[in-house]
Amino acid sequence: MSFLQRLFGGSRSPAASGEVARDRLKLVLEYDRAKLTPAQLDQIRDDIIEAISRHVTLGNGQVEVKLEAGGRLVAEIPLGRAASDKQ
Amino acid sequence: MNGTAGGRIITITSGKGGVGKTTASANIGVALARRGLRVAVVDGDIGLRNLDVVMGLENRVVYNILHVVRGAVDAERALIRDKRVAGLSLLAADQHSDKDDVSPEEMIEVCEALRNHVDYVIIDSPAGIEQGFRNAVAPADEVVLVTTPEVSAVRDADRVIGLVEAAGKPSPRLVLNRIKPELVARGDMMTTEDVLDILRVSILGVVPEDGSIVAATNRGEPVALVDGSRAGQAFHNIAARIAGEDVPLLPITVEDTGLLGRISSLFRAGPAADGGRS
Repeated sequence: MSFLQRLFGGSRSPAASGEVARDRLKLVLEYDRAKLTPAQLDQIRDDIIEAISRHVTLGNGQVEVKLEAGGRLVAEIPLGRAASDKQ
Repeated sequence: MNGTAGGRIITITSGKGGVGKTTASANIGVALARRGLRVAVVDGDIGLRNLDVVMGLENRVVYNILHVVRGAVDAERALIRDKRVAGLSLLAADQHSDKDDVSPEEMIEVCEALRNHVDYVIIDSPAGIEQGFRNAVAPADEVVLVTTPEVSAVRDADRVIGLVEAAGKPSPRLVLNRIKPELVARGDMMTTEDVLDILRVSILGVVPEDGSIVAATNRGEPVALVDGSRAGQAFHNIAARIAGEDVPLLPITVEDTGLLGRISSLFRAGPAADGGRS
């Protein structure tokens, strides 16, 4: 932001560092509070893939496991076509 | 809360060091005493004595907390009276021993003895989450958490909230220290709302960054003794809230120190535009 813009209270830059700080903190605290590391999350994902593949065929997409606000562990699991044919 | 008769024990802690814990302890003590209340401020940082110099009482220390723990002197007799403010006194830390030389039980015993003589016992906790922190929190009826609006300090504060609650204490109230209004206005510092949203605790006070704190500490005069400083006012408001008064938060506005600042604030958008200086 130029000196003049700042002097006259110009609009905030899109990546105001205060907001970046807030968003980074929110994410890191979700992991802190859940006592989870990204490495453990990878392990959980691998375990989920193994468990689900015993019952259905997985699709081609990535299995995604992530921690969401409020301490919710969310898994997104793409299923293959054969899934609907199985018992 | 503890049902024992006598004064209230409040521990000031932070997790991260260097966020203004000792300054906050000294000033909350001064501000409560200036309201006519009897206050004993206790330096809980055993081995790294600091509160005495911040309060300007370093030349008058005779006994310290270890003398009390070892039974050499009564807690009340070990207090150093601050001659500038009636009702204010300090229990100094020992400079030559270690945090492990005092146990949580001994800390409780000392503070329980003090509470019979004062309205408030204010314990300045050491940084960190180890033995010294546990000692400082053990006697507390209430914990006040000091943090600055920075990622490292807020992350540590979150950890401390968990530990305080795990210790069976009520959720701490927050003092957000060293807010730089010009950075907040520019979007380069987290706002009070951001920090409260992240930590999910209630706010006890906001303290703007104030150069007069450095000058006051250099002289051994807590800023709450100096009339007319913004930070001093913030600590008086915090003391009023501790005493149960409903005082609105200090508005975070850019100090219009010069012509440029004044012109700039005229054009600044948002709720801070009216200046709102108190």
